Amino acid sequence: MGLRKLVDKIKPTFSEGGKLSFLASTFDAFETFLYVPNTTTKSGAHIRDCNDMKRTMSVVILALLPAFFFGCYWAGAQVDLTGFTAGWYGFVRILPMVAVSYIVGLGIEFAYAQIRKEEVNEGYLVTGLLIPMIMPISTPLWMVALGVAFAVIFGKEVFGGTGMNIFNPALTARVFVFFAFTPQMSGEKVWYSDWTMMGVTAEGIDAATGATALEQLSTTGEMKWSAMDAFLGFIPGSFGETSTLCILIGAAILLFTKVASWRTMFSVFAGGLALGYLFQWCGPEEWRNIPAYYHILVGGFALGAVFMATDPVTSAQTNTGKYIVGFMTGALAVLVRVVNPAYPEGMMLAILFMNALAPTIDYFVVEANIKRRKKLIKK
Amino acid sequence: MSKIIKLRKGLDIKLRGEAAQQLVEVPMAQEYAVSPLDYDGVTPKMLVKVGEQVKAGTPLFFDKNNERILFCAPVSGTVSAVNRGEKRKILNVTITSDGQLTSEEFATPDLQKVSREEVIEMLLKSGLWTMIQQRPYGIIANPSDNPKAIFVSAFDSAPLAPDFNFVLKGEQKSLQKGFEVLSKLTDGGVHLSVRANAEGEMSALNGVELHTFKGKHPVGNVGVQIHHIDPMAKGDIAWTVNIQDVAIIGRLFMTGKVDMHKVIALTGSEVENPQYYKVISGAPVASIVKGNIKVQKEGDTVRYISGNVLTGANVGEHGFLTAKAHQITVIPEGDKYEMLGWAMPRFKKFSVSRSYFSWLCPSKKYRLDTNLNGGPRAFVVTGLFEEYLPMDIYPMYLFKAMIAKDIDKMENLGIYEIVEEDVALCEFVDPSKTEIQKLVRESINLMIKEC
Repeated sequence: MGLRKLVDKIKPTFSEGGKLSFLASTFDAFETFLYVPNTTTKSGAHIRDCNDMKRTMSVVILALLPAFFFGCYWAGAQVDLTGFTAGWYGFVRILPMVAVSYIVGLGIEFAYAQIRKEEVNEGYLVTGLLIPMIMPISTPLWMVALGVAFAVIFGKEVFGGTGMNIFNPALTARVFVFFAFTPQMSGEKVWYSDWTMMGVTAEGIDAATGATALEQLSTTGEMKWSAMDAFLGFIPGSFGETSTLCILIGAAILLFTKVASWRTMFSVFAGGLALGYLFQWCGPEEWRNIPAYYHILVGGFALGAVFMATDPVTSAQTNTGKYIVGFMTGALAVLVRVVNPAYPEGMMLAILFMNALAPTIDYFVVEANIKRRKKLIKK
Repeated sequence: MSKIIKLRKGLDIKLRGEAAQQLVEVPMAQEYAVSPLDYDGVTPKMLVKVGEQVKAGTPLFFDKNNERILFCAPVSGTVSAVNRGEKRKILNVTITSDGQLTSEEFATPDLQKVSREEVIEMLLKSGLWTMIQQRPYGIIANPSDNPKAIFVSAFDSAPLAPDFNFVLKGEQKSLQKGFEVLSKLTDGGVHLSVRANAEGEMSALNGVELHTFKGKHPVGNVGVQIHHIDPMAKGDIAWTVNIQDVAIIGRLFMTGKVDMHKVIALTGSEVENPQYYKVISGAPVASIVKGNIKVQKEGDTVRYISGNVLTGANVGEHGFLTAKAHQITVIPEGDKYEMLGWAMPRFKKFSVSRSYFSWLCPSKKYRLDTNLNGGPRAFVVTGLFEEYLPMDIYPMYLFKAMIAKDIDKMENLGIYEIVEEDVALCEFVDPSKTEIQKLVRESINLMIKEC
């Protein structure tokens, strides 16, 4: 227990009255990471479930890892590397973005926790990993930093911090970067790593680049990859969004542990498929020959459905609301993809729009409960 | 037989230290205590001084908010102390027992002829009125109200709770009498809820409307039962009485004497021989647990809870049995650091979350300590509380209204239907470690003040 002694020894420095007391929240975050505190129950139930926020968030991070590691491999494989080299190349390539995301995001979170004299919430540990995964791999780091800062400050902290925000923070970062820097964030090159190292050459990168599957579909009505390629993830796209298979492995973890709501998740897929079939039947010409399930395989649909539409804070909070919001998210994503030719990715906007609408839908669900209760009075 | 009301939601937390069905009679203790803190919303005013002689049923203090409500001595003897805390708040009144158990004498009325007012008067004078609780709010009933009905739960579903069929063995006559008394207090009838397949002799009682419930905790909570029998609307008043207290009331009307004997279960993982004890209300915890606690490792301590692990009071080794408790639970304190605990498999801890492994062995009994297992956070997870509150209520919305002190919303979202014990499981499972029971009581106090 040498470590425990060390922590106890330096603790007073960071506590009220200590020299570094302005870092109290930060110290607490690291201390509680190392040790579950010795706090006992003071009021109410004397025993407590051993589940806490750290565990819950760890499960989400675990669920993200398959898609993350596939992203690493694919980032290398896209520029003609193979096997372990490809994975290592991708990992090295994405690492700065992950680091920037965590350092900027957690830095702001720690500062706000200190100002509010609260413990640091674990929510950003998930957001921080999610943000690099929904960005194109060649997004400049300063853009990531700006997006993260915007998302954490204006997407979360101004509302009162974790648990109070209206919009999914990761998507807030993504939408900020997309609309602030549209030219840099679209086109063909941004989806491919631009680092020449480990044998990757500029010519090689140029030869590999091409439009995303979604862009091909929306312009030509077909894509050059098979559905199986798209399912496994061998298509261009944001870093962690391409492999539907890996995302579904994550989904299985989230559903089994009940960390994510199956109601939301299944409803998103159902909504997407329903509108996909509708457009297959009576949509614009170029979309009629595209099977509805393609929508799930390409773009950010699966990643959004599994990891972002299910965000418990920004999604609906009532069970009935979850079905409605989920279905509308999926349907809206496909609607944007099909009907809006200027911007083929609908998932991001669909989720954010439904984030805004979710409290209203919940309001009506809860209102129905209130009406049932008021009926008792008249009896 | 009425149809069985099945509740799907809830949770039975399986703990070690269930009481064996054997009864031990405890010799009279030196000292007994009556505490106003065992009741919510009571402002005590003393009626006796230290050194005065009292009998069982002699008033010790009354409630300033309702002067008719008297709190009486459980035993005969001498008032030994009025213990006060901060701002001279009365913590409890202790009585040194003379070992005689003499009681104030009351005339035993013929329940067929006597009026409702006379019954109420007798309950008030004997101090037994304090056993009658009011919904909404879970406070002592106001004797000038006329409740829509009286509800009694014949079973307790909380962790390690006593089996009332065993506790009340041989008390059938007192129970029957008690229910006759309760019937006098309301025009709306007396509802008795029993557990399916564990009805015991309860279903043989006359003059009650019998309901059968099936399900997990909190199915035994009278508030949950009211919700499924005849839910509380705004303006409704219902009364509730604990089943063992019904027997005590019955004894008063049979013998004219205040006899505060009751049977409690001594439970919990740290008890050597968990079993039942016949004691007198207000008995010192030490007189019951003495010599029956497992030897602890150096540096380890235990917590003495008057009541169950979800709703009981931490009274300490030198505390007294609280008025509403029918069990004492002794569990280990969890004041220990746990390295990287949140990342560990934690096979010895319990969680409803499948991110741990409790779901693999559903019948395993746990030795759980009092560690909070985390730090307080904002509400993040949704849809969890709903699984542990078997009522048509949106708990998260209700709790948020409580935090915001929004009285209209609290009212609309169902505050009249719940008291602390009904949301205890929500508090137990909450990964954000919110003090929900405290929040509920503070909100109820706010409602009482404002409405």
